[in-house]
Amino acid sequence: MATTTLAPGAAVYGRRSWIYEWLTTTDHKKIGAMYVTTAFGFFLIGGIFALLIRSELALPGVQFVDPETYNQLFTMHGTTMIFLFVMPMMTGLANYIVPLQIGAADMAFPRINALSFWMVPLGGLLLYSGYAVGGAADAGWTGYAPLSEQSGAGVDLWIASLTLLGFSSILGAINFLATIFKMRAPGMTLMRMPLFVWNMLVTSVLLLFSIPVLTSGLMMLFIDRNYGGGFFDPAQGGNPILWQHVFWFFGHPEVYVLILPAFGIVTEIVPVFSRKPLFGYKAFVFATTAIGALGFTVWAHHMFTTGAVYLPFFSFFTFLISVPTGIKFFNWLATMWGGKLKIDTPMLYAMGFIALFLIGGLDGAFLAVVPFDFHVQDTYWVVSHLHYVLVAGSVFAIFAGIFYWFPKMTGRSLNERMGKFQWLLLFIGTNLAFFPMHLLGLDGMVRRIVDYAPNPGWTELNFTSTIGAFIIAISMLPFLWNVFITLRQPRTAPDDPWDGYTLEWATTSPPPTYNFDALPPVRSERPLFDLKHGAVAAHAVALPAVAGTTHDETRADAPEENLGEPIEGHSEQANAGDVQPGVSEAAPDAVPHAARKRRVKVKDTDLPKKEDTK
Amino acid sequence: MTADSQAMLVPHTEDDAGGHMSQGVNTALLGMLLFIGSELMFFAGLFGAYFNTRATALGLGQPWPPSGLEDVIEPGIVPIAATVILVLSSFTMQWGVWRIRKGDRTGMNRALALTLVMGLIFLGMQAYDYLTLVTEHGFGINSGIYGSLFFTMTGFHGAHVFGGVVGISVILLRGLAGQFSANHHIAVEAVSAYWHFVDIVWIALFATLYFLK
Repeated sequence: MATTTLAPGAAVYGRRSWIYEWLTTTDHKKIGAMYVTTAFGFFLIGGIFALLIRSELALPGVQFVDPETYNQLFTMHGTTMIFLFVMPMMTGLANYIVPLQIGAADMAFPRINALSFWMVPLGGLLLYSGYAVGGAADAGWTGYAPLSEQSGAGVDLWIASLTLLGFSSILGAINFLATIFKMRAPGMTLMRMPLFVWNMLVTSVLLLFSIPVLTSGLMMLFIDRNYGGGFFDPAQGGNPILWQHVFWFFGHPEVYVLILPAFGIVTEIVPVFSRKPLFGYKAFVFATTAIGALGFTVWAHHMFTTGAVYLPFFSFFTFLISVPTGIKFFNWLATMWGGKLKIDTPMLYAMGFIALFLIGGLDGAFLAVVPFDFHVQDTYWVVSHLHYVLVAGSVFAIFAGIFYWFPKMTGRSLNERMGKFQWLLLFIGTNLAFFPMHLLGLDGMVRRIVDYAPNPGWTELNFTSTIGAFIIAISMLPFLWNVFITLRQPRTAPDDPWDGYTLEWATTSPPPTYNFDALPPVRSERPLFDLKHGAVAAHAVALPAVAGTTHDETRADAPEENLGEPIEGHSEQANAGDVQPGVSEAAPDAVPHAARKRRVKVKDTDLPKKEDTK
Repeated sequence: MTADSQAMLVPHTEDDAGGHMSQGVNTALLGMLLFIGSELMFFAGLFGAYFNTRATALGLGQPWPPSGLEDVIEPGIVPIAATVILVLSSFTMQWGVWRIRKGDRTGMNRALALTLVMGLIFLGMQAYDYLTLVTEHGFGINSGIYGSLFFTMTGFHGAHVFGGVVGISVILLRGLAGQFSANHHIAVEAVSAYWHFVDIVWIALFATLYFLK
């Protein structure tokens, strides 16, 4: 239905080189694609760090790297994976999908969106430039004082990098919240929003209120290191535990920042591939918001052994926060129950997520038990837990999302067989790499140390884990090959390859710059299902007044618009760009749209022939 | 284009807003309010550090402020005058907003210019205060945890005042160029919200650092 001949920029600006186009774009889809690609690049870099760590740990003794390098490796691995891979990846997918799912033409602040993106590669550059000044940061991704106060200049660059990336996340969060609150399609109430959008909403709130607290801590650390401050220095009256408070006040909401978008992706996929609506939409929404609220009450469960926190409070709330997560598991399983399951790659990844995230979640519940936590503090049990929730959780969901939305983003579908083969490798590799760590942790193997004692069983378990890590790495090869060969094929993917429920499948694959010519009426959380399966479409004809009530011009062609009313209010963008009126690239969108609407009024033959193609 | 953006700024009926939510708070202003929420958490982190350190010291039976520094931070004439000026500048800022809401560009420009001057005076007085502390008391950011807290908290606040001064300068220049009207002045509303925030943080800082201690 949408024809690219309407591309608004073409007539206004003439042709530009594609490099210029990508460097200066403010289109949420291009920015989203750049986010995803950049984040995947950082995923590979972080993976190389991981392989080096696992190679060193394959056998007892120090073989490949010296202890100092090892400290840098796990610090860079953690920081890269969290701040440069999972966060930008989720932001990228959301950047592409959220405006489409709510029927908007772009994000609320397109130029700030571009700024947020460009800070990410710059943040990565700052982080890795530590290697050029005599060693990258080596105090772990948590940067605990007093170690972080004593290490070399790499930590200063780490601080600068996280401050920049944090600023990027804050701006991104503001952008998502403004977009979600202000730019939803007609009829899309909050309780009809796709759950990916709901999860991004709560994620954005978490980012907005937690990242600045980290920034304040980073500033204190920087002042301590460079200007003789005493925040975390007991000799000057400071307190190293304060860093842990400040860091984890950010760090625990951050955990949900990494996993809530993953929940959102899985919750989009499971109903579509079960051919059922989501079981318990409202319960899922409330569970998501409950996780968001409780996420701010559990930070000190990372600090049980410091003796500086009130254990019963934080233990109780840690158990409490597992309840909404349990509700979500119930939602997913009940959605699949009795459904007509289609096991395509996205669904396979989503099911892998559900199975393995459960293990990670249960590990976490164990850690909420104070005496148990005392036993396994800083052991490989914790490493196992966080990798089950981040690799088996976030990474599986990311691949689910990539396979699910790849046709929408590129117009080409990834190869299913290769995808399933990759899933199998990743599934085996993940369990092989991270399950033995449970046993090592219970046995008392301490994390973040280059060497370990050749205790009975430890070598075998560590060697197994290293094999698993290499299988994970190998599983990226079929994926990269899959993407490579798919991108060389013609654009044959249909607009709606999965028979989806949400609005992103209502436009072409890939969507035109302005996303939609017309939107179906939104009467439930599954507008596209309603449209395709009739009942509500007929209902909409019976109630024409609800759609496009006041725009007289648009009413003129309403009888021909069986797909719904043409989009109104594209000038919202011009409004959003009020401070810098209409210079952004997205803004030209508004002009032809408005002009087109006016033309409809003047002369019917001027209408693009889109109705004929339906 | 111009016609359209103007059209978006007149109040819409609820039905009309069913489109892309043109009712309620303006999108750009919402962005600023969310940003202020984020900034609030930044200062919450610093206040958290202050009260955590203070509670730790008092819990260990140590004096707070640390011994030898009891009388360094006093609500003398300069800090009090600076506080009064900053609080008043919030009123002049709001006066400017009220003027432009009525379409009075000249009135707004006068109010903004006055606010700008008051903000600069506050910064000048803060610099003077810093200078006095460093030269007369030898009290700096490296004078133990107390100095670190005082200079970090007031310093980041000062940086935010400076940010507000830059924002006011921008809207003042735009106001002098006649870019605002009764229906088109979101930037003024946004800068005003930010300025009030900076003012409120200062009141909390002043009460905490100078009186509560």
